[in-house]
Amino acid sequence: MAGQLSIAKALNEALRKSLENDPKTLLMGEDIGKLGGVFRITDGLQKDFGEDRVIDTPLAESGIVGTAIGLALRGYRPVVEIQFDGFVYPAFDQIVSQLAKMHARALGHVKMPVTVRIPFAGGIGAVEHHSESHEAYFAHTAGLRVVTPSNAHDAHWMLRQAIASDDPVIFLEPKRRYWDKGEVGDSADLGLHSARVVRPGADATLIAYGPMVKVCQEAAAAAEEDGRRLEVVDLRSISPIDFATVEESVKRTGRAIVVHEAPVFMGLGSELAARITERCFYHLEAPVLRVGGYHAPYPPSRVEESYLPDLDRVLDAVDRALAF
Amino acid sequence: MTVKSTTRARKKAAPAVPDTLPPVLSEAQSSESQPDAQPELIQLLTPEGIRVEHPDFPLTTTPEELRSLYRDLVLVRRFDAEATSLQRQGELGLWASLLGQEAAQVGSGRAMRTGDYAFPTYREHGVAWCRDVDPLNLLGMFRGVNHGGWDPNEKNFHLYTIVIGAQTLHATGYAMGITKDSADDAVIAYFGDGASSQGDVSEAFTFASVYNAPVVFFCQNNQWAISEPTTNQTRIPLYRRASGFGFPGVRVDGNDVLACLAVTRWALDHARSGNGPVLVEAFTYRMGAHTTSDDPTRYRATEETESWKVKDPISRLKAYLEHEGLADEAFFAELEAESEQLGLRVREGVRNMPDPDPTLIFDHVYAEPHTLVDEERAEYEAYAASFEGGENH
Repeated sequence: MAGQLSIAKALNEALRKSLENDPKTLLMGEDIGKLGGVFRITDGLQKDFGEDRVIDTPLAESGIVGTAIGLALRGYRPVVEIQFDGFVYPAFDQIVSQLAKMHARALGHVKMPVTVRIPFAGGIGAVEHHSESHEAYFAHTAGLRVVTPSNAHDAHWMLRQAIASDDPVIFLEPKRRYWDKGEVGDSADLGLHSARVVRPGADATLIAYGPMVKVCQEAAAAAEEDGRRLEVVDLRSISPIDFATVEESVKRTGRAIVVHEAPVFMGLGSELAARITERCFYHLEAPVLRVGGYHAPYPPSRVEESYLPDLDRVLDAVDRALAF
Repeated sequence: MTVKSTTRARKKAAPAVPDTLPPVLSEAQSSESQPDAQPELIQLLTPEGIRVEHPDFPLTTTPEELRSLYRDLVLVRRFDAEATSLQRQGELGLWASLLGQEAAQVGSGRAMRTGDYAFPTYREHGVAWCRDVDPLNLLGMFRGVNHGGWDPNEKNFHLYTIVIGAQTLHATGYAMGITKDSADDAVIAYFGDGASSQGDVSEAFTFASVYNAPVVFFCQNNQWAISEPTTNQTRIPLYRRASGFGFPGVRVDGNDVLACLAVTRWALDHARSGNGPVLVEAFTYRMGAHTTSDDPTRYRATEETESWKVKDPISRLKAYLEHEGLADEAFFAELEAESEQLGLRVREGVRNMPDPDPTLIFDHVYAEPHTLVDEERAEYEAYAASFEGGENH
């Protein structure tokens, strides 16, 4: 792929390639046609692939996912766009009770190759219901795969892998990073569900995904100035989680801090803390700490910076971990 | 006035529709301008077993076809009764009886072509029968050995759907796929009066109409959603909902197998010919409980149920066959013997249905390998094997 691409463009190119490579691939969503989606992720695709394959749908999320299931039963491979994270809840039954369980209840006789793309998480100064981090709901549901890229290369290749998967994939796009640019390689260097050590270190492991990977990388860079070498693991996949990579890192560093935008209570950090405790008990120098959102509705945008984990909150947790 | 202008607007929006409508539909539309008018009930066989003609739904049947429909009705009822008994004997965890709805299901089921596709609720045992799905497959789910598990594509009969109304969207999506494939198949989506209140059903109507999808929405209005009467779901006859979405709706006598056959056949052909969806409201009655866990004596009067007994779908066809001399005693005797055989097969089949291996829990969660499921399966297997005597603890 030529040069530096934004995450948005890398996703757009992934959709284009998927449409080119498989005539059964369809895009469905609100305003994804002429407008190219509210974030322009599908820009130009309806023009090139037609209204039959890039489908502007009625404004009904349950309807979008429900009809995508029917199209999948007919042999299609729908890629659904939910316009904003907070708009996915009307489709919750179709995702959790229908899409996720269809393969199991059919004893494998039918496959559900449906990708549900959702721009998620906050930090863009939006009105309410536009900044949700709901990954834990989906990760809690067997039958779904849940992934989120943090950079342009992963955005491109993980989306192509998600579309190619015969299982339903919830593909969470860190919307505040859409315009971040990066090199997109010529091939996928990792499987869809592998984690990546994006910065090596020895003193503590920061575990993040999606929009928080950049925050953790910045925190690690700042900590280095104080002589602290922090390792950063980008999980990439939320279900399943690549615990092997997490375990290997934490056993080396002895300390783990999980960072996500979603509320700490019952968040991914809780599961990671439990698993790390089970797998790395004798290597831990400190309890696993969590940095995340509060048990409150996502706040009005004028105070969202106080809700979202930032460099200082991550470093505060690092201080506490290293104090043990 | 409002209704009239709506009708005009619809004709403008979907010019393909009115051309192929039988006159009855335009009559039904005109009755919409008189909200208190009694809806027309399309009927070809009266409760007394008298064959009547309907100008818009002519139906020619051979004696053999009539006997075959009668056979379907009788065997489906027998299967259903066996299942209720098996639940009472503890062989099934639950059963949702179709008693009273045999004609709606057999009539619509026999209207389908091989390539057509049915999306059922959890009560469409009669449709399953018409699609040649083995009745024992249906019982596996109610026994608790699986959640369905048959291959939907083998007989074009989707798995039962328990969350009401959800399958109407699957049906619509499937029908959208048929259009994309330029095929001439059609889809039939079953749901009930209760499900008509679900948002998914309205969304399915919307998607089907704007994409002109070849789907027939077949609503069995059996008057009761567990304990709630249809008046809790709607102020207007349900078939009239279609007009707000811009496609035709008709009400058929759901206890008249011939009318259900003729109307559904028309509706499927209408849909497959590129004219978009149709709503059929089959006006029928749930003679039994909602399921074997329900007690209808708490919420409905015996007199009401009794009043529907005289409209029974099987006895009216039997009366017709008898007084027209279309079936002799040997036919009825043979059918009785076949019915006994079916009962025996169902009873033995259920009683001999093995429990699945517990590792079924981990099978098919995903189509492709998933590390967490693999890990938990291995943990379970090691745990099970740790008991004396191995895995069967």
